[in-house]
Amino acid sequence: MELHAQESGGILVIRALQDRIDAAGAIRFKDMMRDLTRNSAAPRVVLDMSKVAFLDSSGLGAVVAVLKALQPDRTLELSALTPTVQKVFRLTRMDSIFTIHDAVPDGLRHAG
Amino acid sequence: MRGDAALPSEPPAGANAGQTRCIIPGTAEAVRELLQSLVSGPLGRALSPEQVSNLEIVLAEVLNNVVEHAYAAFPGRVCVTLRREGADLRCEVCDQGAAMPGLDLPAGRQADLAEIADLPEGGFGWFLIRSLTQDLSYRRDNGVNHLSFLLPARQLPH
Repeated sequence: MELHAQESGGILVIRALQDRIDAAGAIRFKDMMRDLTRNSAAPRVVLDMSKVAFLDSSGLGAVVAVLKALQPDRTLELSALTPTVQKVFRLTRMDSIFTIHDAVPDGLRHAG
Repeated sequence: MRGDAALPSEPPAGANAGQTRCIIPGTAEAVRELLQSLVSGPLGRALSPEQVSNLEIVLAEVLNNVVEHAYAAFPGRVCVTLRREGADLRCEVCDQGAAMPGLDLPAGRQADLAEIADLPEGGFGWFLIRSLTQDLSYRRDNGVNHLSFLLPARQLPH
């Protein structure tokens, strides 16, 4: 599980570099997200999921856990959901819980 | 008795035209590898992108349930059989693990999405399975769990 964090102007953008957030890696993902968000005071956390092709219910649960851990003072937003990941969020209606961006906010996109 | 139950045996050569059968250890890593190989292999290429996506979602949930619950107390293998039925895909998953509680399928109802602090972090699996499949059924036979479902060619809107 690889995550890359970049912070600017009150927004912490975390890019998931692994192509799956699934049962085999969800706990590690949750732990790494907790560490990265604890090391920052940015009130807005944006999870860039452009590289994540697949997410199962374990991965969904881990993302929800991160959201809950950031409450009440900080938010977790999602960006660049790929089709299968989008479907899982839509079917479970979790797309109504999260702010979901088409792409990472301007100025914070990683090169390459 | 556990250990005496037999997973389905390999069909005779030539009898498995149009059928994909895989037997994997009941671990999350093996499930991940199986899903990746199914999606990128001949079956994945033969299905529509929508159907491949649905297959991956459903099988991930079904197989993760076997790993986490059926094989919670002891290890074992899981057998996945996939067969085209016209444009639909008939799927069967067998394991030698513990029986489904009550020997019945969970309801898998949509969770109430209330306050963020009270959001569920689990329990989405059966809801996803039921959302994307038809003809879902479970039976236990001689120590073997059999879960069967149809993955339709086109998903009806929910």
